[in-house]
Amino acid sequence: MLGEPWHRIISITSTDPDRSPARHPGGDYALDRGFRGIAWTSAALILALVAYIIVEIGGKALPAIAEYGFGFLTSTTWNVQEGHFGILPEIWGTLYSSLLALILGGVFGITIAIFLTQDFLPSRLAVVFRTIIELLAAIPSVVFGLWGIYVLIPMLRPAANWLHEEFGVVPFFGTSLSGPGLAPAALVLAIMILPTVASISVDALRQIPYKVKEAAYGMGTTRWEAILKVMLPTAGSGILAALVLGFGRALGETMALAMLIGNSNQISLSLFAPANTLAALLASNFPEAGEVEVQALMYAALALLAITLVVNIVGLAAMKFATRKFEAER
Amino acid sequence: MSASDLTSESPSFDITSASHQLHRAPFEGRALKSGFLTGLTWIMAVLASVPLFSVIYMLLIEGGSRLDWEAITALPPSAFEMGGGFGNAIIGTLIMVGIATLISVPIGLFAAIYLAILDPDSKLAQTARFLAKVLTGFPSILAGVFVYAAMVVTMKSYSALAGGVALAVLMLPTIVLAAEQAMTTVPKKMKDAAFGMGCTRAQVIWQVVLPTGMPGILTGVMLAVAGAAGESAPLLFTALFSNYFLSSLTEPTASLSILIFNFSGMPYDNQIELAWAASLVLVLIVLVLNITARFIGRQKF
Amino acid sequence: MNAIAETAAVEAAPTTTFGNTVMDCQVQKIFYGDFLAVRDSHLPIEKNKIIGFIGPSGCGKSTVLRSLNRMNDLIPVFRFEGKVTYHGQDIYDKKVDPVVVRRYIGMVFQQPNPFSMSIYDNVAFGLRLNRFKGNMDERVEKALNGAALWNEVKDKLKNSGLSLSGGQQQRLCIARAIATEPDVLLMDEPCSALDPIATRKVEELMLELKENYTIAIVTHNMQQAMRVADTTAFMGVDISQGSRTGYLVEMGATQRIFEDPQEELTRKYVRGEFS
Repeated sequence: MLGEPWHRIISITSTDPDRSPARHPGGDYALDRGFRGIAWTSAALILALVAYIIVEIGGKALPAIAEYGFGFLTSTTWNVQEGHFGILPEIWGTLYSSLLALILGGVFGITIAIFLTQDFLPSRLAVVFRTIIELLAAIPSVVFGLWGIYVLIPMLRPAANWLHEEFGVVPFFGTSLSGPGLAPAALVLAIMILPTVASISVDALRQIPYKVKEAAYGMGTTRWEAILKVMLPTAGSGILAALVLGFGRALGETMALAMLIGNSNQISLSLFAPANTLAALLASNFPEAGEVEVQALMYAALALLAITLVVNIVGLAAMKFATRKFEAER
Repeated sequence: MSASDLTSESPSFDITSASHQLHRAPFEGRALKSGFLTGLTWIMAVLASVPLFSVIYMLLIEGGSRLDWEAITALPPSAFEMGGGFGNAIIGTLIMVGIATLISVPIGLFAAIYLAILDPDSKLAQTARFLAKVLTGFPSILAGVFVYAAMVVTMKSYSALAGGVALAVLMLPTIVLAAEQAMTTVPKKMKDAAFGMGCTRAQVIWQVVLPTGMPGILTGVMLAVAGAAGESAPLLFTALFSNYFLSSLTEPTASLSILIFNFSGMPYDNQIELAWAASLVLVLIVLVLNITARFIGRQKF
Repeated sequence: MNAIAETAAVEAAPTTTFGNTVMDCQVQKIFYGDFLAVRDSHLPIEKNKIIGFIGPSGCGKSTVLRSLNRMNDLIPVFRFEGKVTYHGQDIYDKKVDPVVVRRYIGMVFQQPNPFSMSIYDNVAFGLRLNRFKGNMDERVEKALNGAALWNEVKDKLKNSGLSLSGGQQQRLCIARAIATEPDVLLMDEPCSALDPIATRKVEELMLELKENYTIAIVTHNMQQAMRVADTTAFMGVDISQGSRTGYLVEMGATQRIFEDPQEELTRKYVRGEFS
């Protein structure tokens, strides 16, 4: 069958016949039981781990929650000496940088997915290009941070400062770029989530049955009409999942941001101003924090955990929905 | 058919005209749009591969020029000191990734056996599978926070063990999901054949499913190891850093990624050069693992 | 593609002459890579008639049908040698845009393949593609009526096209194909995924549609060809060269092909001696 995805043929859920183990000699039977017990425990450990993470971080954050309440989420100061803690600038910076990265990384990621699946390249070249994109995901965050400091920021600075001088009235260009700042951080973040968005979108586009593509071309669409009017809408929920999961990844990304965003406790629309994120706050303050600050940091970690959990669960739900849709269609 | 509604609006696609003109109009709007979008896609694809090549170029130029025997064996230099290296960081990274692998592979493998074979549709399996997927998107810094709270505070010390556990938390979901995937793709007829010969479940899994699914499992494990080797956030406040060679698993430990982070912000050329050289070593480790994983994964049973 | 514009008339052309030919398909060779799928077949297609393609599986009848609106261009290794004229123009000419070809020559596929959008949007798809600015509702209703589906779906036009039954989906695909009022309709085993009742409906529909359209249908079902086709082309498989290459054995009025075939092979096939 033309275009029949291979995984349909082999995705057989294994349901082995439940054979009575009593037929086997006693030793084997005990071994079988023991084996099953270990496997069960290992699977249960995953549940226990997630519960333990939530309890441990939540528990250590309790004193800070009791102390600062919800005001913690809306306050803008982080002053260890006076014991004032608030993470509004970090929440802002996390969402702002992730959103910028999502826009850029999303547009590029989806375009790359189209490029890889809609016959732009002979299949061998497509494999090479896909590997390039996947290797991008393998570069450690801290190396991207280093590259950002010594390659990206010096490259961006003249352009950023020109934009600031010419269009300084526009809030996005309201400051100059003196070194670290939101723009280089968001750019690196976009590069880092691009492979996530691209590979999930590739899967979504590949799930579309060949007959749908045939139908589109049969109606007399050009290649781009087929892509924009049929393929993308049909893969819609899968691409949505790609974007949401990419966003989730951006929210939790730490090292590159800690190195590039400037760790400045302020709220600004300017793309060139330094900012901070929740993860970067944890990375830069944790190692030298005293007891009180650690409690506040635990509260911040809990906030980050909550945000990323929600985003990831939404993304996974969208992905499940997308897969179901095609299973029903077949 | 003579209804000519289409005629007036789209002259170049006049379906009903007597001429039945099939030729493409080169400057027709739709063709232009298609050409424009195709060009844009190519440009974006090329742009998207620029960062990878730029990173690799910089690593080879900046890192390659400093990479020598001293760099990979010596201890990190202090502020104004010249020379030095990151031998302790390489050892620290290898040890902590080793600890993480020792913890996460057995648990991950057994959990995957449960999810893939023993009871794939049970509540426990469904929940564990879902949580494993959630954990793959779990911010790595939170693994550090968790292990800090659970281990560093109670042991009252940063340690290689804590760093290894934090990395294990991040490796576990990748291994579980990849191994489950590899085992479910083992053809049912193979398992049936083994059961038919009177094997117990454990024997079937041990002698049929695991060997057959091994390439996929190994790929998953190596990708997880590659990811862990490159991680830095979870080590920041679990293993911390050390300027000396490791003498015990319960004391602060150096790692390549933390060394890069620390040195990248320093105002000394010597340290920055070493950061590039350490990055080159780290990327080499990660890429070799990654490419080997792909190579193993390609061998189909 | 490797279209050869100045093709000499294919040798094996049947002697029967046809008037009012809309399309004239002269296949010399059709390749998939190195594999010669079809050779030497001349198939004229007459206006407002139904031409049925029959033959054993692997005889290349679908391949030929898909060559008629260049659907095979989607397959990179596909290569066509010969000539397919449509109102005198070779559709494999270098200057011809396959996209335009497919707008004149519509297609209905073996598997119903509605888009994952509403019933209405499915039918309106081709019209929107052509920037149709007339009364869209009217045209959608007309097309759905034409496909004998209107009464069943008029109250749920907003529902997904995928929510319909298989037979309804196939009629939706026919409605989608005829909404832009193409000249020729190609149908590639349109009933193979349908139950007998749905098949009957689609067949009745074809007989109605032929007043306005020219239809070419591939079918593996000889009874279906007898019921709907005016002209029948029987294609056979030549295994003499070591691979399976399809070719036109004979073509003529349906009644003659089934009752008085000229070729021994046709006689055997229509008697059901092989399939």
